[in-house]
Amino acid sequence: MEKQNLKGWLYLLPALLFLGAFLIYPLIDVFIYSFEEGYNSASQTFFGTGSYNYSYVLHDTYFLQALKNTFILVIITVPVSTGLALLISVALSSIKPLQELFQTVFFLPYVTNTLAVGLVFMILFKKTPYSDGLVNLLIHFFGGSSVDFIEGPYWAKMFVLCFYTVWVVMPFKILILTSALAGVNPVYYNAARVDGTGRIRMFFKITLPMISPMLFYLVITGFIGAFKAYSDAVALFGTNLNAAGMNTIVGYVYDMLYRDSGGYPSYASAAAIILFAIVLTITCINLLVSKKHVHYH
Amino acid sequence: MKIVLSHLTKKFPGRGRGAKKKEDVTAVNDFTFEIPDGRLVGLLGPSGCGKSTTLNLICGLQKPTEGQIFFDEEDVTPLTPQKRGVGMVFQNYALYPHLNVEQNIRFPLENLKGADKLSKEEMRARVEEAAGLVQIGDLLDRKPAELSGGQQQRVAIARALVKLPRVLLLDEPLSNLDARLRLQTREEIRRIQKKTAITTIFVTHDQDEAMSISDLIVVMKDGLVHQIGKPQEVYDDPANLFVAKFLGTPPINLFEGRVEKGSLFIGEEAVLTLKDIPDQPVHVGIRPEGFILSENGSFTCRLSRPEVMGRDVSIVSTHPASQNPVIRSIVDAESCEHLSGDNVCFLLKPRKVFLFDQTTGTRIPFETA
Repeated sequence: MEKQNLKGWLYLLPALLFLGAFLIYPLIDVFIYSFEEGYNSASQTFFGTGSYNYSYVLHDTYFLQALKNTFILVIITVPVSTGLALLISVALSSIKPLQELFQTVFFLPYVTNTLAVGLVFMILFKKTPYSDGLVNLLIHFFGGSSVDFIEGPYWAKMFVLCFYTVWVVMPFKILILTSALAGVNPVYYNAARVDGTGRIRMFFKITLPMISPMLFYLVITGFIGAFKAYSDAVALFGTNLNAAGMNTIVGYVYDMLYRDSGGYPSYASAAAIILFAIVLTITCINLLVSKKHVHYH
Repeated sequence: MKIVLSHLTKKFPGRGRGAKKKEDVTAVNDFTFEIPDGRLVGLLGPSGCGKSTTLNLICGLQKPTEGQIFFDEEDVTPLTPQKRGVGMVFQNYALYPHLNVEQNIRFPLENLKGADKLSKEEMRARVEEAAGLVQIGDLLDRKPAELSGGQQQRVAIARALVKLPRVLLLDEPLSNLDARLRLQTREEIRRIQKKTAITTIFVTHDQDEAMSISDLIVVMKDGLVHQIGKPQEVYDDPANLFVAKFLGTPPINLFEGRVEKGSLFIGEEAVLTLKDIPDQPVHVGIRPEGFILSENGSFTCRLSRPEVMGRDVSIVSTHPASQNPVIRSIVDAESCEHLSGDNVCFLLKPRKVFLFDQTTGTRIPFETA
C-alpha cells in the first residue's frame, strides 16, 4: 500500500512541479505583493506592509468604473448568452434537414479571431463625421437618429460590448448544449408522451433537469469568463480603455502593471486579489444554488 | 376493453444502398386479430420480429402505414398516445431519474387538464393506491437510482396504472431482472393484472415467460403472425415448424423423415403407422416428453448419457436423421433404471409427434392407424 502511494505521487510529480512553479507560486506571490506598499520591480524594494494598496484601488475612480463595467457585462451577458444558446440548441435539435450545416454556422464565431471580429464590429457600429456604419444605416432606415456606438454615449458602448461578448461566447455554449440535448434518452420523451405531457411541461420537467449539469457548467464558466473579460473591450475600443470609460477589472490590472513606465505592481496585485475574491464568492453562491437545482445521475 | 387490430401494417423506409435502396422494411405485416377484454396477452417472437413495433402502434408512439386499431368500437388509429388512455411500461422502465418515486408516479396525473384535473389530495390518494398495489408504499421518497431493478419495475408499473389506463402495455418487462426476480415478478404482473382486470399486452422473446402467465399468446416472426391461441393449445397444436421450434424447453427434436406406404420412416425404421397420407418427405418434430422407453420400441437411437434432474430423467442420445446435434427425451426416473448398452429404444406418443411440409414448413395433420 505504502509503495503504491509513493508510485502514484511519483507519476504526479511532473505535473505538480509545473503547477507549483507556474500557478501556485505566482498566486501566493501576487497575494504577498498586494500587501507590500510601494513595491518597485526595478529595485525590488518596498516601503512597508499593510492594506494601503487595497484602500488605494478601492478609491480609484478608474477601478470603480472598471468594476461597474465588469458587473454590468456579467449580469447581462451570462444569462442572455446562456438563454439564447439554449433556445438555439433546442431549435437546432428539433430540426432534421440541414442540421449539421446550421451547427457549423453557429460554431463559426468560435474559431474566428477575437481581434478580427472586433474590427468587424467596429466597422458595423462606428460613426464618423463622413459615414455611418451598417447599424446606423439600419437605424436611419427605421427612422431613428444615428448613434456613435464606439466613441459615443456610455450605454451605446456598453451595448456593443455586451452584444459582442454574447456573440463570441455563444458558439461554445450551443455546441455543449446541443450535445447535452442529444444525450437525453428519447425513451423519457416517449414515456412522457404516453402520459400526455405537454411540450412546455416536457421541456421544463424533463429536458431541463436532464441537461442541468451542462447548463450549470456553462453558467459557472460563463461567470468566470465574463469577469475576466478584457480582450473584447480592447478589440472594440482600443488600448486606452480608461479614457473610453470602458475598462474592465482585468484591463485595470493590466494597465497598472505596464502603463506609466513600469507601473504599480502592488496596486495591480491588490486589484487581481479583489477580482479573485469576487469570482470565488460568485462561484460559491453558484455551487450552493446548484445543490437544489442540478441533477447528476 | 377489447382491442382489435385490423390489417395493421407498418413499413419503415429502407436504408440500404444501390438496388436495395427503395425496398421498405416491413416490420408488421397485415396483422388482424382481436384481444378480448381483461386478458393478459403475450406477444412472443425472436428479436426483430416486429413485436415492439406492434406495441408502439397500439400505444400510438408510431403511426401505422395501413390498417386500423380499435379499442372496443372506437377507432383510435388517428389519436395521439395521450388521447388513447394507455399505460406503458418501457423495457428500461424510463423512470425520470431526477424525480423521486412519488413524483414519478404522480407525473401522469399532473398532466390531466380541464375536467379531469385532480386536487392535491386526490393525487396523493391515487399515488398511494397505485403504490400499494405494487407494494412500494414505503419507497416513495427514494430516487430511482436508489432502487433495485425489481423495485424500479414496480414503480414503472405503478406509474402506468395510476392514470387508470384502458390498456396496459409492457415492453419486455422482465428482461432486465435476474432469474429469481424474473419468476417472482411475472407472478406479480399476473396478480396485478387479475386484480385490476385491465386488458394487458406484453412483449417478450422468452417463451417460458409468455407461456406461464398469458391467457393468450401471439407467436410472431418476421412481421407475420404465425399463431394465436392459449399457451397450451399452441404448444400442443403448433401451426407450423417455426412455432413448434420456438415453444418448449427443452426444444422440440427435429428429424428428416418420410411418409411411405402409410408409415412414417425416420432413417430406416418405421416409427408410426399413419392413415390416408400421400407419400412425401417430411420434417418430423417430436416433443421431449413424446418418447416412451421400451425394449421393443421401434425407434432406435445411440445413447450418449442420461441426465438426472430429480423427478425426471433427460436421456441424451443421437440419431443420424436428427437435425439437432443431440436428441433430448424426458422420461420417468423409474423407467430407466435398467438403462444400459450403446443403444436405446423408444416408442413414440403420436400426439407429441408433428409432421411438417419439407418446403413450406406448414403442419401436416395425420391420424394413426
